[in-house]
Amino acid sequence: MEITTQEFKHCDLVKVKGRVDSATAPDFSKALEKANNDGKFKIVVDMSELEYMSSAGFRALLATQRNCKRYNRGELVLVSVPQRIHEALELAGFTELFKTFDDAIEAVGSF
Amino acid sequence: MAHSTFPARFEFLDEIRSLVAQVAREGGFSEKDIYSLQLAADEAASNIIEHAYAGISDATLEITCNMQGSELIITMRDTGKPFDPSKVKQPNLKADLSERQIGGLGLYLMRKLMDEVRYETNARTGNLLTMIKRRG
Repeated sequence: MEITTQEFKHCDLVKVKGRVDSATAPDFSKALEKANNDGKFKIVVDMSELEYMSSAGFRALLATQRNCKRYNRGELVLVSVPQRIHEALELAGFTELFKTFDDAIEAVGSF
Repeated sequence: MAHSTFPARFEFLDEIRSLVAQVAREGGFSEKDIYSLQLAADEAASNIIEHAYAGISDATLEITCNMQGSELIITMRDTGKPFDPSKVKQPNLKADLSERQIGGLGLYLMRKLMDEVRYETNARTGNLLTMIKRRG
């Protein structure tokens, strides 16, 4: 798993590549928490190069979404969710908790 | 038939998923099903490492994965704490963001992704999880 964070004027773009499972999810959580700790609550998670995500990754997304939406200060949105991962998120009932976009520019522009 | 013993640590989930993918691919499963099988095996192994073996670092997890006719059968044997799936609350998938619980999601996904999920506990041999998926 590899994570890069890019800061924009109105939001942070967190790109997560590779595989997120119980071994790598703690680092994914840390990257998201870091954004929150820096006062950033508008976050775009780019999944275009994500190959795999287990419920350990879903947990990180859920915790961050809760923190972002508190006091209406922001939101975490997803971009370019690969089909298999989308299906798993849907099975877990998570798709309604996150807005999804087809491309990063559009997602960044939504804030 | 694939039969391997893995250290019960999260770093080995990658290898566990690869093992399952290889057997499923050879068994003629679709890429969608292979992803499902990998996810179910990952959730099952993660639960064992996190809950059955909570904090035990030198434990092992014995896994078999094989085709029987058009069924792929995964077994996982551990000697950690017994697991009673009836005690796991079904996650409420309709709950609001603030109410949403993540506990029990692994087991829920396993049941959705597989055709059969069975847990047995034996005082002598430990816990045995059997998961079956039929080729569509």
